[in-house]
Amino acid sequence: MTAEPAERLTDIGPPHYEKFLPPVVKANYGKWADHEILEPGVYVHTAESGDKIYSIRAATARLISVPKVRQFCDIADKYCDGHLRWTSRNNVEFLTTKEENIKHIREEVEALGHPVGGTGNSITNIVHTQGWVHCHSAATDASGIVKAVMDELMDEFTNMRLPAKLRISLACCLNMCGAVHCSDIAILGIHRRPPTIDHDRLRKMCEIPNTVAACPTAAVRPVTVDGNPSVEVIEEQCMFCANCFTVCPSMPLNDPENDGVSLWVGGKVCNARTEPMFSKLAVPFIANNPPRWPEVVEAVKNLVYVWADSQTVREDGRVDQSYRLAPFLRDGWYRILERAH
Amino acid sequence: MAETTKATGKLAELTTGPYPSFVKEIEAAAENNKMAQDLIGLLELSYNEKLCHWKHGGIVGVMGYGGGVIGRYCDEPEKFPNVSHFHTLRVNQPAGWFYKTEALRKICDMWEVRGSSIFNIHGSTGDIVLLGTTTPQLEPVFNDLTKMGFDLGGSGSVLRTPSCCVGPARCEWAMYDTLKCAYEQTMAFQDELHRPYFPYKFKFKFSGCPNDCVASIARSDMSFIGTWKDDIQIDKDKVLWYAEEKKLDIQNVVVDRCPTKCMAWDGKELHIDNRNCSRCMHCINVMHLALKPGKERGCTILLGAKAPILEGAQMSSVLIPFMKMEPPYNEDEPSYEDLPELIDAIWELWGEEGKNRERVGEFIQRIGMSNFLDAIGLEPVAEMVKHPRENPYVFYELGDDEDEGEEE
Repeated sequence: MTAEPAERLTDIGPPHYEKFLPPVVKANYGKWADHEILEPGVYVHTAESGDKIYSIRAATARLISVPKVRQFCDIADKYCDGHLRWTSRNNVEFLTTKEENIKHIREEVEALGHPVGGTGNSITNIVHTQGWVHCHSAATDASGIVKAVMDELMDEFTNMRLPAKLRISLACCLNMCGAVHCSDIAILGIHRRPPTIDHDRLRKMCEIPNTVAACPTAAVRPVTVDGNPSVEVIEEQCMFCANCFTVCPSMPLNDPENDGVSLWVGGKVCNARTEPMFSKLAVPFIANNPPRWPEVVEAVKNLVYVWADSQTVREDGRVDQSYRLAPFLRDGWYRILERAH
Repeated sequence: MAETTKATGKLAELTTGPYPSFVKEIEAAAENNKMAQDLIGLLELSYNEKLCHWKHGGIVGVMGYGGGVIGRYCDEPEKFPNVSHFHTLRVNQPAGWFYKTEALRKICDMWEVRGSSIFNIHGSTGDIVLLGTTTPQLEPVFNDLTKMGFDLGGSGSVLRTPSCCVGPARCEWAMYDTLKCAYEQTMAFQDELHRPYFPYKFKFKFSGCPNDCVASIARSDMSFIGTWKDDIQIDKDKVLWYAEEKKLDIQNVVVDRCPTKCMAWDGKELHIDNRNCSRCMHCINVMHLALKPGKERGCTILLGAKAPILEGAQMSSVLIPFMKMEPPYNEDEPSYEDLPELIDAIWELWGEEGKNRERVGEFIQRIGMSNFLDAIGLEPVAEMVKHPRENPYVFYELGDDEDEGEEE
């Protein structure tokens, strides 16, 4: 590693994906015929040619260390000719053409503390944001709540016994860099107090017109304070969205006693049966309670099992397929809210 | 600060339990990395105080780029000097998130020396996130990355890193080549990706079918969702196999759940009134060995999704009902070849008229869909209309239509 290369490259874009595709994928690209889930967390995809690829899917915490990536690479080198991929929900997938490798991959990846699962009618990995690990606007932590919730719901990751897929997402503030607004269950960090204003810093750091324009309810107004231009907040009009704080760092909203999370239910993005839907407010506020947010965990578990237990169980004992949480709400809101309480 | 490689107190309580522990990951990184050590300390403070300890980003970056680096400084630099700067770099992922271990190992070797030894794989938009380094390391990290064949992704008011589903690489439902499109559009718009001259962020997401595995309809300003035009392909023997061997209750699980009620099952044969099929994928998802999407495939382009800030959450809505994504192209039908022109028209209008921090969906809301279509030169079509108007207050352009005003 040299600090100054002879030629400075820019605008090269990402590596071409073909460089990283397993040979069986290249040979059968666009010619896959069908797929099957062999066991929770294990897919086989069969091509028109008869070729097969096995994918072993395991949860990760999204936040992952160099030593762990190397351990995953060791497994992929040993069993997958060096090929692995990640899913859109931060699961790692080991790709192999040899069925006999499934067992070994499962054992080794589970030995590293990464459960195999997340396929079919399960709760797959919770997509989430940075939280206290790396964000300035977080109203709650992200990784900690995800860990606490998934620790309690792990059986639904490693089994496929739910009535349908269930997608949980977490965003630690309303900016929603995790775009959780179309999830079966969304955990959303919220503030509940207006910003405080540091007039002295604001004068040096913030553009007042931008700050005023950032407020969706026109609660932020220009004023003169001690002869200097600044802003005021009409507190009754503030809905604590923190958009002013995003454009002006001198208006923090973080408040340990009043920040927390809200829970939203019934959203989805896939088009099957019903069109994509937004999640709707179910629990307006639960205070932050680190490290394990027991009240949040309990409320999420409750929502999951109220939904799961209310599904039609068929005469042959199989759970009726594919009522996502969203259409389940056809019963009316008061029903699920009533049952969830 | 003492060298801490293990979490204590509240944070340590998150090292137990069956789900992978992010705290253990930071601890693993901290064995050989001072930044990761201080991150443990800072995070413990957050867990004790219920407050985050990061300040707003300053303007940091690599030479010639305006995006790809998120500046981050902690508010306790004396206590935790090794994370006093802790900037993030977004690295543009390969399409479909496929890797060879060789490439990942090279990134690891670089990042344990030049950064925190901690990643997000992947961040919300799809990039590999290099979580935390100092200002002087930004240029060297970038130079090392480009030598390995990687480039930075987007941040700020740029084209954000496009992402796509696994597509034809491993899925029979890919109605177009999502990896190829994501790669080609990323390469075509490198300037827009690295240099912020948009009013705000702009995202592309490519999903191969209406199951929308990358949530493009909820999360991208411009969503590309695979679809088809002709009849669902039925394998009659496999339908019977589902009914008889798999004991699938086709009436209840498939036919009754069809949103347009375009299916019928008489116990022997499944009939589909394809004219009334909205291609939702439900029947295909349930009986994928017996039913396959049609052969005339392409994608629907939708515009305008975003999270709640500022004007409330929106989902994308239809702009191009059907775009053919592979030749042979028909002259009278939108094709993949028309895409650059369409994107340019949208960016030119929104770039010129959009307000600071106004997403394209909010922009369309403000100026009106008809004005928007007019300005980008696209004819309105029925597929764009979710709900017809219920009031008579229509703006007619007087004198434009020669058939109007018969009395004169």
